[in-house]
Amino acid sequence: MENNKIKKILERYPFVERENLIPILQDIQYEYGHLTEEAVKEVGNYLELPASKIYSVATFYSKFRFQPRGKFHLKLCRGTSCQIKGAEKLEKKVYKYLGIMNGETSGDGMFSLEVVACMGCCGLGPVMALNNRYYTEITEDKLEEIIDDYKESEE
Amino acid sequence: MARFEGNTTRDTIIKTLLEGNTEDMDDKGREAIDRIKGDKVTQPVISLSHNTASIVAGADETFDAIRSYLEEREIDARLDVIGSLGLITAEPLMDIQLPGKARVTFGKVFSEKVSDILDAVFNNFIPKEYVLGQHFNELHEPWENINYVNELPFFQSQKRVILNNCGRINPGSVDEYVVNGGYRSFLMAIRNYTPEEVCDLIERSGLRGRGGEGYPTGKKWKNTLHAPAEKRFLICNAGESDPGAFMERMIMESDPHSLVESIAIASYAIGAQKAYIYLESEYETACRRLQNAIDQARGYGLLGDDIFSSGFNLNIQLHQGAGAYVCGEETALIASIEGKRGMPRPKPPYPSHRGLHNQPTVVNNMETLLNVPVIVRDGPAWYKQIGTDKSSGTKVFSISGKIERSGLVEIPMGTSLREVVYKIGGGVPDNKELKGVLVGGPAGGALTYENLDTRIDYEELKELGCTLGSGAVVVMDEHTCILDTVKYYMHLLEEESCGKCIPCREGTRRMHEILENITTRPREENGSFTLQRFKGVINLERLAHVVRDTSLCGLGQRAANPILSSITAFREEYEEHIFERKCPAGVCQELSTFYIDVDKCTGCTICAQKCPTGAIVGSAKKPHFIVQERCIGCGICYDSCKFGAVIRK
Amino acid sequence: MQIEVEINNNKINAVKGQTILDALKKNGIKIPTLCRLEDFTPTGACRLCVVEVEGMDNLVPSCSYPLEEGMKIRTHSQRVIEARKMIVELLLSNHPDDCLYCERNGNCELQNLAAELNIRERRIAGKKNKAKLDLSSPGIVHDPEKCVLCGRCIRICEDIVSITTLEFRGRGNNTSVSTAMNKGLNFSSCVQCGQCILVCPTGALHEKSYFDLIQETLGNKDGITTVAHYSSSVVVTLAEEFGLKPGKQIVGLINAALRKIGFDMVFDGSFGSDIYVMEQAAELEDRLDKEENLPLLSSSCPAWIKDVEQSYPDLLPYLSTVKSPEQITGAVIKRYCRETENKSKNDIFSVAITPCPAKKFEAQRQEMAQKGIPDIDVVLTTRELARLIKLYGIDIHALEPESANVPFNKSSSSGKLMASVGGTGEAVLRTLHKNVTGTDMTYPKFGKLRGTKEFKELSLQVGHHQLNMTSVSPLKKVKDILPDIRNEGCHYHYLEVMACPGGCVNGGGQPFYTESKTLRDRTKAIHNIDEKSAVQFSHNNKVVRDFYSQYLGEPYGGESRKVLHTQYTKRDILL
Ligand SMILES: Cc1cc2nc3c(=O)[nH]c(=O)nc-3n(C[C@H](O)[C@H](O)[C@H](O)COP(=O)(O)O)c2cc1C
Ligand code: SF4
Ligand code: SF4
Ligand code: FES
Ligand code: FES
Repeated sequence: MENNKIKKILERYPFVERENLIPILQDIQYEYGHLTEEAVKEVGNYLELPASKIYSVATFYSKFRFQPRGKFHLKLCRGTSCQIKGAEKLEKKVYKYLGIMNGETSGDGMFSLEVVACMGCCGLGPVMALNNRYYTEITEDKLEEIIDDYKESEE
Repeated sequence: MARFEGNTTRDTIIKTLLEGNTEDMDDKGREAIDRIKGDKVTQPVISLSHNTASIVAGADETFDAIRSYLEEREIDARLDVIGSLGLITAEPLMDIQLPGKARVTFGKVFSEKVSDILDAVFNNFIPKEYVLGQHFNELHEPWENINYVNELPFFQSQKRVILNNCGRINPGSVDEYVVNGGYRSFLMAIRNYTPEEVCDLIERSGLRGRGGEGYPTGKKWKNTLHAPAEKRFLICNAGESDPGAFMERMIMESDPHSLVESIAIASYAIGAQKAYIYLESEYETACRRLQNAIDQARGYGLLGDDIFSSGFNLNIQLHQGAGAYVCGEETALIASIEGKRGMPRPKPPYPSHRGLHNQPTVVNNMETLLNVPVIVRDGPAWYKQIGTDKSSGTKVFSISGKIERSGLVEIPMGTSLREVVYKIGGGVPDNKELKGVLVGGPAGGALTYENLDTRIDYEELKELGCTLGSGAVVVMDEHTCILDTVKYYMHLLEEESCGKCIPCREGTRRMHEILENITTRPREENGSFTLQRFKGVINLERLAHVVRDTSLCGLGQRAANPILSSITAFREEYEEHIFERKCPAGVCQELSTFYIDVDKCTGCTICAQKCPTGAIVGSAKKPHFIVQERCIGCGICYDSCKFGAVIRK
Repeated sequence: MQIEVEINNNKINAVKGQTILDALKKNGIKIPTLCRLEDFTPTGACRLCVVEVEGMDNLVPSCSYPLEEGMKIRTHSQRVIEARKMIVELLLSNHPDDCLYCERNGNCELQNLAAELNIRERRIAGKKNKAKLDLSSPGIVHDPEKCVLCGRCIRICEDIVSITTLEFRGRGNNTSVSTAMNKGLNFSSCVQCGQCILVCPTGALHEKSYFDLIQETLGNKDGITTVAHYSSSVVVTLAEEFGLKPGKQIVGLINAALRKIGFDMVFDGSFGSDIYVMEQAAELEDRLDKEENLPLLSSSCPAWIKDVEQSYPDLLPYLSTVKSPEQITGAVIKRYCRETENKSKNDIFSVAITPCPAKKFEAQRQEMAQKGIPDIDVVLTTRELARLIKLYGIDIHALEPESANVPFNKSSSSGKLMASVGGTGEAVLRTLHKNVTGTDMTYPKFGKLRGTKEFKELSLQVGHHQLNMTSVSPLKKVKDILPDIRNEGCHYHYLEVMACPGGCVNGGGQPFYTESKTLRDRTKAIHNIDEKSAVQFSHNNKVVRDFYSQYLGEPYGGESRKVLHTQYTKRDILL
């Protein structure tokens, strides 16, 4: 991650206020997909906060990650409705099939998994999204198929 | 997508409307209003519901299909987007309005159906199989033999006070909001009332917080208004981090201006010049539409400095959460806005005295606020007659789970759950039996079939150990295991506990583990391990009580609700799991027994090869058997048998 | 405003707004607490202090809940006791079961709670968090598995020391206390002052022990001379570890005990303090004459030095180049022993007993070694000395006081004063006065530099110099006066900084205490020593004078600068 790119983001926040911490981290993550030590340091210098505080805040919120995302980012709904319709099995299936759990990225950097709360479409659950494409009424088999498709598209 | 066009005539028309000088308006102006309102359209108008639910269901593809349909045939028609009517199971919804004719809504309009429907409609024919209904408007000629939308069972028992605009207007257009009466309450408030008087109105309406505690909103506002301060803040809590709720997202996506107006009134009433809307960053569409709404409102001078020469200033800022359920709790929310870890702190001092940046702050649930413009417009007396004595007004729910029609519903307080589940939701699909409902998300509780006549209001639910909480109603049928569901809640709370206080941090984990132990087979059966497990079961209730009694914030205090209420409501099911090691719903797989149907088994040996413990014996081409003592209930054989010969009981 | 409340059915008068806990304490009712730190805003995290208040649905935390008129409180009802007990059980269910091997065995708040609440059975059990033991730092060990997440260390680190190394990381039951980016303490901004250790209720934070090395060397000396020397503050604090009155001076017993343990020679480390004072006074005079690099920043506190290196590298030129008293003693001993007994430095095993884990860190700095051989081999804290004494089965109460070995057996009370805050400034001033005016002060006591204020200032005329002496403690206060120091027209000449509030008597390696009176007693003891001392000035310490004439020459001269001074450099650390 380049320093001056972070600087560019920081420039959007002309006031040195702690209130800006979370928005800044969100912007950085939006740009790069994850946070780094470099980012923690720069943001700390800018907001005049100790690095430990930045790190502490970043690790509190589940959306921040210090590991790069996979090329294909899988979002699996585990809202109550999807759960009742069998989403837990899907999470296990992803683990079985790709070896990744919530918040992890596969060794080859291809897939990462994020378990999210209700996606707002409970009627069509279980729901998942892969790189912003949505899939509804997922079953274990369907999941496998979808993942295979993406895998193939890479080969 | 239709956007605010910004041409001067339209601009002046809206300004005139807001100023209230409608008498000065000429015919051209009135015509324009009718057009924006949809009373008189000069070209066909097609409106597609565009919100998270419909996008997930495929609305983007439908949108493209409609556009290319129109382009290919060079049809002069307007293509608009609207919010959500709330009937999620029928998404994507498409409305068509031909000039002079009533507006018709179609359901489940996937891209491949577009040309069928449009072909028919443009030939003045309504394809019955896709239609949901038509909308009544005395200026329009109704379609024959087509029912009205508000007569559908889903809508019939609802009373739409705050959802009124949802699915009817374009969420991206401030003009549509204004011609439908928008921002009039706000202007009325700042012109005709003092802040104290607005607080009074709200207090007299009997409005209570919808965010969980049910605290009287007017009182809360007054406390803040009277607290000495340099500055005051309003925070709209649209966190909706409950994993089964989607109403707030839907409302923000469908009618963002209502929220902006509500916040504006509330800020005026408490003397705040800065307001925050807290919502999850996942709500991308909602964020975008809200930001757009705020910008548009500022464009008309409805926000900013010296609003409509009243001397009142207001700025609204979005604050996107970064993923923490506990940030729904007000003190944690404040910490999060301040850029800190979202951990609750002990109350008192309450935010109404020491809130954001140590200044008096009102934190209100988003739905609470949405009632405010209605109360200002129609008066507290009118409002108070809706609902029950102690709980006035309506309540919005999201119903989902094992139900025929899931979606967003608004009912008067005091309606029975039975009506919600059966009349509005259409009951459980596939003729299954209703087992119970979960009300209020992870903080709520479980109710049985017998409790269905419970009337929905704060007091009655509290008596049953539930809270209104987030307003999520999740329906369970006989194939839902209550322990499994409670376990899921526990897991969620365990992950979402902020970790500050011991009972919640450690307690949720232990309660989850105990439930895990009840619903799975032990990895090993040795004496001390079994004893530990047993002690856990014995102490579950005691533990739950202590967690409820001592936790710092509502998350921990209510974490025990699902357990305690489900133990009361479904004691038998617990006992079956514990003593008989059986899951009646067949969900807890490890408690099932597997055996092989001798008639169906072809002896392909697949299962025997896959079984991790070698519990399956048999020779090739002959029926196989499962040695129960060795079976660990993993279910791999069940999944791998191609002939359906493995049976689970 | 006076109000009436009812506690356990007794009517009681109390002050409105006071917390329930304070009122209970006043009335002699003891309530367990864990996350509470005196003088800090309550966080309400541990929930052990809950009580029952009539009319409330839930139990309320007494540490944060204000009293209101007519409250009816029950502090030990069945419901309350059960709740407290369950909370401790929950903590135990995620706690390693290795009390018997723990540093804090017998001195642990969690153990005490479990005992007080009569926990005799494991009702709740389950998975425990696994975490790596952080042994990276030479001074402090962090064992996250033993952490109860009370957050006390974090608050001390931020609000007293202001280094803010420690913070919570993660959330829920994955929360842990960690440094930025979860680095080892040694690679973090930690200055190893050890204040966090003092407040930690369990063994999650403790000093690193080097007992093995000591025992091995003592047991297997062959040809090695073992030397022990102790800092001045240890003399007034060790007593507490043996049930004696806080502030009791037991230097003679320490000498005796160390000899019993097996040290060949025992020295009073205040000797090093005297040399420190001599050097620093000369250095200050030099800078005053040249009018450069002022204010002179004191260099006796290794935590402060590390902070300058990492946070304010621009201030390095201002930092005094004199080594800390302990390191001076160390350097001198190795030098002295070599030249008198003709031993190579290698053959001396030097153990320093100090109040401070940062001294452990300091002792292994490369600046503190000559040709790769460290001046001090092992640093022990006061608490460790007590343990060592017990390990060797010595009954300190039965010992006869002895005196330290020559030549380092005499010290002035100026050297001793350095143990408490303001003392360094006072001592330096005394010698500076002599150097500048040629006479000793008649009344060498400066009340303005003493006391608990965080920043103290003293202006006075010394010869032709108008001097502004200041004293800063704890470390966080430095931040406030930083702009003043950096300012061109800064009018301070000398800045004494002590990282720990109150100075070395309250160092991170001192005995644990719960009442603030203990700290006052320790400080008073130091001042009493000075009051009664025959030699109040470092330069009047005959041993020191002889030593200079025999070995070092002039203070701040060629030889002493080689042995007693050093240079510090910037550190690149994630702050
Ligand atoms: C764990 C927890 C989560 C909460 N989540 C929300 C939420 O998502 N939305 C909300 O409006 N209130 C939530 N609340 C309630 C708020 O703390 C607060 O009571 C509410 O916003 C007050 O608004 P009201 O007076 O309008 O109800 C939550 C409370 C707790 C303890
Ligand atoms: S109850 Fe849970 S979420 Fe609330 S403060 Fe305690 S640990 Fe945090
Ligand atoms: S390390 Fe000690 S002081 Fe710090 S949080 Fe853990 S138990 Fe508390
Ligand atoms: S629960 Fe998955 S979309 Fe709502
Ligand atoms: S001492 Fe009161 S909550 Fe910890």
